Amino acid sequence: MTDPILRIRDLVVSAPDGRRLTDGINVDLAPGEVLGLIGESGAGKSTIGLAALGYGRGGCTITGGTVQVASRQIIPGSRQDREQVRGARVAYVAQSAAAAFNPAQRLGDQMIETALYHGAMTRPEAIAWRDELIRVLQLPNPETFPDRYPHQVSGGQLQRAMIAMAMACRPDILVLDEPTTALDVTTQIEVLVLLRGLIRRYGTAALYITHDLAVVAQISDRIMVLRHGTLVEEGTAQAILESPQQDYTRRLVAERSAHDRLVKTRELGPQILSVDQLQVHYGQSQALFDVSLTLCRGETLAIVGESGSGKSTLARAIAGLPPQSQGTMRFDCAALPANYRARSRDMLRRIQLVYQLPDVALNPRQTVAEVLGRPLQFYFGLKGKALTEGIAALLTDVGLPVDFASRLPGSLSGGQKQRICVARALAAKPDLIICDEVTSALDPLVAEEVLQLLARLQQEHHLAYLFITHDLGVVRRIADRTLVMQKGKVVEQGPTEQIFTPPWTGYTGELIASVPEMRRDWLDDVLARRTPV
Amino acid sequence: MRKPTFTAWLGLAIIAVYLLVLIAGPWLAPFGQEEIIGSPFGDPEPGHLFGFDQNGRDMLSRLLFGGQMSIGVSLSAVLISFSVGIPLGFLAAIRGGWFDTILSRFVDTIMCVPVLISALVVLQALGSSLPVLILTIALLDSTRVFRLSRVLAQGVNALEFAEVARLRGEGGFWLIRKEILPNVAGPLVAEFGLRFCFTFLFVAGLSFLGLGVQPPFADWGGMVKDNQQAIVYGLYAPLYPAAAIAILTVGVNLVVDWMLAGRAAPQGDNR
Repeated sequence: MTDPILRIRDLVVSAPDGRRLTDGINVDLAPGEVLGLIGESGAGKSTIGLAALGYGRGGCTITGGTVQVASRQIIPGSRQDREQVRGARVAYVAQSAAAAFNPAQRLGDQMIETALYHGAMTRPEAIAWRDELIRVLQLPNPETFPDRYPHQVSGGQLQRAMIAMAMACRPDILVLDEPTTALDVTTQIEVLVLLRGLIRRYGTAALYITHDLAVVAQISDRIMVLRHGTLVEEGTAQAILESPQQDYTRRLVAERSAHDRLVKTRELGPQILSVDQLQVHYGQSQALFDVSLTLCRGETLAIVGESGSGKSTLARAIAGLPPQSQGTMRFDCAALPANYRARSRDMLRRIQLVYQLPDVALNPRQTVAEVLGRPLQFYFGLKGKALTEGIAALLTDVGLPVDFASRLPGSLSGGQKQRICVARALAAKPDLIICDEVTSALDPLVAEEVLQLLARLQQEHHLAYLFITHDLGVVRRIADRTLVMQKGKVVEQGPTEQIFTPPWTGYTGELIASVPEMRRDWLDDVLARRTPV
Repeated sequence: MRKPTFTAWLGLAIIAVYLLVLIAGPWLAPFGQEEIIGSPFGDPEPGHLFGFDQNGRDMLSRLLFGGQMSIGVSLSAVLISFSVGIPLGFLAAIRGGWFDTILSRFVDTIMCVPVLISALVVLQALGSSLPVLILTIALLDSTRVFRLSRVLAQGVNALEFAEVARLRGEGGFWLIRKEILPNVAGPLVAEFGLRFCFTFLFVAGLSFLGLGVQPPFADWGGMVKDNQQAIVYGLYAPLYPAAAIAILTVGVNLVVDWMLAGRAAPQGDNR
């Protein structure tokens, strides 16, 4: 192996409270090599990425180990050494492009700023290089693109612009921190393809940080699997995918390639919800156009679409939240008023909502007992011993220890919080639970457990689920029927197996084909299929 | 809440001393506030630690009497302004619509006139009795409390746990008491400390202009004004009440800083 361009030895990064975020990590990155860093939240992957720039985020400090970039030591080292390396030799691409650009400056100026700051190029050189990058990254209207402001371009374009900005000094190393996680699947493909092309074209080495094994498989040569700040397994991408050695890696690989249904056969009850010609307006703009659907007891209907497709609006309309909606909704043979204020207490009880982010769905100042006890008290008038028993039963039902009742949400993990949210919905003994992206904010293995919990509860309580998600893998496993939405309209609906069975057509096909698969040649296959030679 | 720092302890100690003055000031005072027992601007002597004021009254006694008056007026004004401002602000936030619009525009209208001018007009028109003074300051101040509590409540009300409570069918009182108040209590308590300081200085300012507490009752702002000519002769007389005002302001701010620092500590993103 040639001399590594990045050499990290025994890296220890400590949080302000003294906890070690990474513990003795070694990284070697050869010139032009792409190394994937994989792990769930808290694994320390972003921390390692930032350490490559000699930086600790949010009060974290690098307390041990060495970092060398191109044989030049920056940790331990002087501030000047680090400043000369940052942006020039090692550049960082963040998850949120919208937060990385100054909204008041034109994109073009921001894209050459680093090069001018480091004095790496004169202004005309920097502009010429920027325009080349704009063309390589296939940004639209290369002549006028630099004159635009960040809010004038789409999310995917902004992400590409940020990659171009990071390339401004022709760095040796790119640190890519979840660069496609915030993007829709169809946009993710574009960015992945262009990013891979760029790295190969200029021979840039990269640290690719993500929680999605299938994505990293497409782009990296080697993969490091991390957990709780330590290395679990390291190997070539091929080896990790095909013959993982460690149990944790095997579970990660298995989870991502699981397609078997969680619930095999089910008897459906009578129809419980019907929505006919629903329209929702937000001020002047229309978010939903004539959406109709039906749902039976014990059935799961998945609503699928990318951001802006109106799937969350649909969920909120059924819950009665938007200020103005037209159309008719019926619930258990009775008319369902469009506004939740006009619904009876019993109607409110029978439709429950579970949200994407358990952090903001739970009041940080209420204990679990208060959170779960209130619906029991409010709807069923439980008091004293009956209330305590009810709370204990709910906790047991969602697989949590009974002594969690006295805890505050702050002391629970993300998955545990989401279980509490599910328990709170169950407390009302509902007929319909609207699940709005309930697993999207969770780590894959935790999300899998929550999915299994939901499937079990559905059988036990004969619940109807309206499952809003952008994750087609989840849909396939849990939904009886699927409804695909695009720009506020329903483009396809039918039994899930039918929708997922090739030949796929139209927008649905594009969506399904865009979901990364757990094999190395997936991206090439997609490209080959897309551009018939 | 974080453990009190050294400066926070200092502030708490200062506040404790002032609370003692508020409760027991007149009983601690060796002389009455109207008793003329020495020469004007007389020097300190045994039994008269701080000397005498412009009329020959014992300075220490007047400071103790004035403390009760000044702190009492400010404290009741702030308490009233919070008990008016917070409920209205919270209601405006969760009701929205015309209720919010009318209240907010009304508050904007009051706020565009400087507080001192409004207060001067009202006090001139109604005469400066103690209840009028307290109510005027309280109501003018409640506009700011209204604004703050409205914006804090709007922030919490937009979160999903508040939405869950609304969708459950909870009434406004539950929303305010259980979902909103516990989550905004910190900033409101800090604001209480700050507003108390401002009000205190404001009362002192009004007294200085002759519209606050009326003679012969002592209060610190008025005492600074009454003794001001002593400065010309290089005497300390006006500095004692001025220092009393300054030290309380510093003490309250030390405590508020500590409370706010606790709120602003990094919460730790995705760790």
